[in-house]
Amino acid sequence: MGLPIDTIKELGRLFWTFLKVGPSSFGGGYAMMPVIERECVEKRQWLKEEEMAEILSLASTAPGGVGVNTAAFVGYRKAGIWGAVAAIAGMTLPTFVIVIMLSLAYLTWRDEPKVAAALKGVHAAVIALILMAAYRMAKAAIFDVATTCVTVAALLLLIMTDINPFYVILLGAAVGIIVVKGKQWFGIEVSTERKGAATSPQLLEPEYFI
Amino acid sequence: MLWELFITFLKIGIVSFGGGYAVIPLIEYEVSSHGWLNASEYEDAISIAGMAPGPIATNSATLIGYKTAGLGGALMSTIGMILPSLLAVILLAAVFYRLKWSIWFRSTFYGLRPIVTGLILYAAIHFGFLNGKEGAITWATCATLAICAGSLYAMYKYKLHPIAVIAASGAVGIILF
Repeated sequence: MGLPIDTIKELGRLFWTFLKVGPSSFGGGYAMMPVIERECVEKRQWLKEEEMAEILSLASTAPGGVGVNTAAFVGYRKAGIWGAVAAIAGMTLPTFVIVIMLSLAYLTWRDEPKVAAALKGVHAAVIALILMAAYRMAKAAIFDVATTCVTVAALLLLIMTDINPFYVILLGAAVGIIVVKGKQWFGIEVSTERKGAATSPQLLEPEYFI
Repeated sequence: MLWELFITFLKIGIVSFGGGYAVIPLIEYEVSSHGWLNASEYEDAISIAGMAPGPIATNSATLIGYKTAGLGGALMSTIGMILPSLLAVILLAAVFYRLKWSIWFRSTFYGLRPIVTGLILYAAIHFGFLNGKEGAITWATCATLAICAGSLYAMYKYKLHPIAVIAASGAVGIILF
């Protein structure tokens, strides 16, 4: 590939570090952030604490899991595009293997009554996980009339029609711009984040928990 | 087939703001319109995706890819799902300082966050209680509600780790169902 040997070593370190972080992300990005911080800031001293905080806030604005995005940012910061690729690969590989093994187990034993019953229990727990995510997201997302209306409208649209959710998401971005620009046009003061969000990282980055 | 999986999950990956729970309805829409899984297989797939570490959306992509086209399918679906993250991160790292305080950027997220909330709520309702159920109050519905409520209480009140909740619910499931 023509990459210098030092770069290859650096990529290897990135891959290995995130390979170890990956399996700790049970239940989503929730439990992972402190682990990433410990590895990258304290142990390896790749980044300063302020840089890490900034990366975390960035990671939640990109699409995808916040853990994967954080890994990509750290990798990019350390070794450019290949660094980001190495970090993402490390982060995803353990999960990928675990999911494949779980599918194999499922395909083998899904007709066992006990397995089917356990899966129903897990199904209920996953609903709870999703509701928790909704609650956390709502705390950061809903703080004025417009955001309340958008949430309710989105929910009704999804329940009542067969609309492709893809367009609902695009519509949301458009509505955000129209509302904010409209309010500015009429000279109404508008805040795009919940008040106090800047002082409370939990509200600013609800996606930490997802 | 592989290409179709890749393109589908690439499209989902691009809009998976808010971590992934929000695109569960999107995944369901694609899965049923392509006829990849039936309703109960889909339900099991999401349950299994929730058991593994990592974002539930990416895990579902891996599972669905594996189920429809083997290991290659799993790989293509996962890459499709992750590629937008990689590209967005590279792009954001380059332009973020100019973007951060841009009113366009902020107002986009002002609108996206409530939509994502609506989608996640819909995912919970739909995945939970409307999927192929007759609507009658049965023992199974009550048990599901009870486990769901118990899990919520444990996570909210006692900050119990999700993996502990999932393991406990599996055990309770064996007893109740």
